[in-house]
Amino acid sequence: MSSPKSAYSIPTKKGKLDTHIFVVWVDNESGVLARVVGLFSGRGYNIESLAVAEVDATKNISRITIVTTGTPQVIDQIKLQLKKLVPVHKVADFKREDKNVIFKEMALLKIVAQKKKIDKCLKECKKFNPVILDKTNKSVVVQITALRREIDKMSKKLKPLGLTSTSRTGAIAMTRGAQTFK
Amino acid sequence: MSKLYTGAEIVFKCLEDQEVEYIFGYPGGAVLPIYDELKNHSSIKHILVRHEQGAGHAAEGYARSSGKPGVVLVTSGPGATNVVTALTDAYMDSIPLVCISGQVPTHLIGTDAFQECDTTGITRPCTKHNWLVKDIKELPKVMHEAFKVATTGRPGPVLIDIPKDIQFAKTNYTKFKKEKKLNGKIHNKFSENEINQLIDLISKAKKPVVYTGGGVINSGPQASETLKEFVRLIGFPITSTLQGLGAFPGDDNQFIGMLGMHGTYEANNAMHDCDLLINIGARFDDRITGKIDEFSPKSKKVHIDIDPSSINKIIKVDLAIVGDVNEVIKSAIKKINKKQNGLKDSNKQRISKWWEQIQKWRTKDSLGFINSDKEIKPQHAVKRLYELTKNQDTFITTEVGQHQMWAAQHYKFNKPNRWMTSGGLGTMGYGLPAAVGVQIAHPDKLVIDIAGEASVLMTIQEMSTAVQYNLPIKIFILNNQYMGMVRQWQELLHEKNYSESYSEALPDFVKLAEAYGCKGIKADNPDELDDKIKEMIDYNGPVIFDCHVDPNENCFPMIPSGKPHNQMILGPNDKEENKITGKGKSLV
Repeated sequence: MSSPKSAYSIPTKKGKLDTHIFVVWVDNESGVLARVVGLFSGRGYNIESLAVAEVDATKNISRITIVTTGTPQVIDQIKLQLKKLVPVHKVADFKREDKNVIFKEMALLKIVAQKKKIDKCLKECKKFNPVILDKTNKSVVVQITALRREIDKMSKKLKPLGLTSTSRTGAIAMTRGAQTFK
Repeated sequence: MSKLYTGAEIVFKCLEDQEVEYIFGYPGGAVLPIYDELKNHSSIKHILVRHEQGAGHAAEGYARSSGKPGVVLVTSGPGATNVVTALTDAYMDSIPLVCISGQVPTHLIGTDAFQECDTTGITRPCTKHNWLVKDIKELPKVMHEAFKVATTGRPGPVLIDIPKDIQFAKTNYTKFKKEKKLNGKIHNKFSENEINQLIDLISKAKKPVVYTGGGVINSGPQASETLKEFVRLIGFPITSTLQGLGAFPGDDNQFIGMLGMHGTYEANNAMHDCDLLINIGARFDDRITGKIDEFSPKSKKVHIDIDPSSINKIIKVDLAIVGDVNEVIKSAIKKINKKQNGLKDSNKQRISKWWEQIQKWRTKDSLGFINSDKEIKPQHAVKRLYELTKNQDTFITTEVGQHQMWAAQHYKFNKPNRWMTSGGLGTMGYGLPAAVGVQIAHPDKLVIDIAGEASVLMTIQEMSTAVQYNLPIKIFILNNQYMGMVRQWQELLHEKNYSESYSEALPDFVKLAEAYGCKGIKADNPDELDDKIKEMIDYNGPVIFDCHVDPNENCFPMIPSGKPHNQMILGPNDKEENKITGKGKSLV
């Protein structure tokens, strides 16, 4: 692409990248996730995390939450391209900095260590609504809910204390207040 | 209880309700129940192609020239994979196609059964939407929705994958009623305010240009009429993309030629220097814009398009009007006429200087070439073909390469739907099967595929289809023994290293024509060209015309890669040839 001998233009300098969270309401039919994810990979858009589940069983609606980065132009394209897909009902797009939107991600952490270290871990988790799901002499499985970057930080911090496995859901989002996204 | 129909019957009931007259297809194991049902539906004629890609392109030619969706019927596995090129081509050029593919029975899906492939998976990125029908009750709904998706909004291809057991299974069918309601994916709700802004920009512009594309064609023949009225009313110069040719008469004085990589000097300079650019139904393709940063730097830009995702995708615009081209320009015309007539006259005065400048650019005669009396120049061949066919309603298809650009430059189209070419995907081998489809839609019209010898060999087997159905298509091959456009790039950009672009062993096209049971004509002398072209036109049947042309001719003008519109390489006829070519070469 960048070769001066190419039949194509030389890429121009990239704009600033923003992190955006897309919420997509889709018909829960076979292949719909592949359509959405295929759109991202096919057009070279980035997916940082993805969370999807059916939210309305009678209307068969699933809600997909995608965290992505891109220039404002790319973000705009993602939104318009998503809206073109036949099973897509509506698309909401939030900036990560948006104060009116709650972003949360859940993580399950397995810590294998001696009691002292486990206690230290649990203390670190305190800020993030920890729920102990399983406990043995040598291990604990704890559930936390937090922001993406908080969980990133926690993972780093808990590694030396015996964190052996992490399982994360990917971010999900909801607006604050009484109104819903139409 | 109402009568039950099999899946195969339902396929045809739906096609009948959608008023389908022709399907292009090729049978195979997984679609046999549908083929078995064909005999019971006399209003639908099946055209048997020789390769499924040919079916796809033929359906594209049919759709583009008639405005109706093209219908394709193929079997599972290789049948479906062979049609992928044509689906992608239709997706890129916004051609409505409905492709029905057979699939292995539902209980075998996922078992690597014979002739099984993940058809909906493979075609997902190259269709507007596709369906795998796993429940017979879904079939009627899916069939009708498929036609709706393919033909509404920005048109495109769709695919319905029907497993063999579903073709046998039974359900009831209620007659289809065409809905008037739009399905929410179609945007035609532009505001009056937007039209006002457009008029305001039009009335202030001093150096305007209208740039139209395939969207005008897709909006229907009425849109071309409206466009003519609009452009004559405002008096602006108009240029067109490759796909948009024919929407505005090519021999009209307001038409300044095609723009883009091989567009005219006046069109590209007008794009670069203008102060108002009105894009109607085009998508700022990279063959059009050249270098993005320096694309039309001084202009206010307006973009009229039915697809919201086309807006600001490549070029940021100042005013976007999302809607059907015909509707948008119609309301603009109404508004202009409502305002005092003064607008028209003052407009023409304001832009008279701009027209003078355009006339100056025109004198460059950028499409000029040095003719020869010894060899046939390819441009000359296209010009003669145009002169000898312009008195009748002629439909032109092309393959892809130099011949395609020469056809676009030298053949003048006065009506929409007369020009079928693979623009977005650039599919060599498109033109011959497309001509088959065009001739099916217009049995009494003259249909010519302006071809290159390399392209045409990719789908030459469809001559057999043409002969089978007595389709008098004319394959006009500009034979230079090279993949001409590849050779040109190698000459200009790769130090004349003609790597693999020369065809060592070409068939004798006259004998090839005879082998297929059609007529072969060969021309290699400029003196005999006219007579032989006339012979081709007068022959009632398919013809392969082997026109031997100068193998070293290049297609000019040309915007080299990564360059803006005002830095074109002009042809050898230009006085400043050496200077510009030399400079151009170091730039690319």
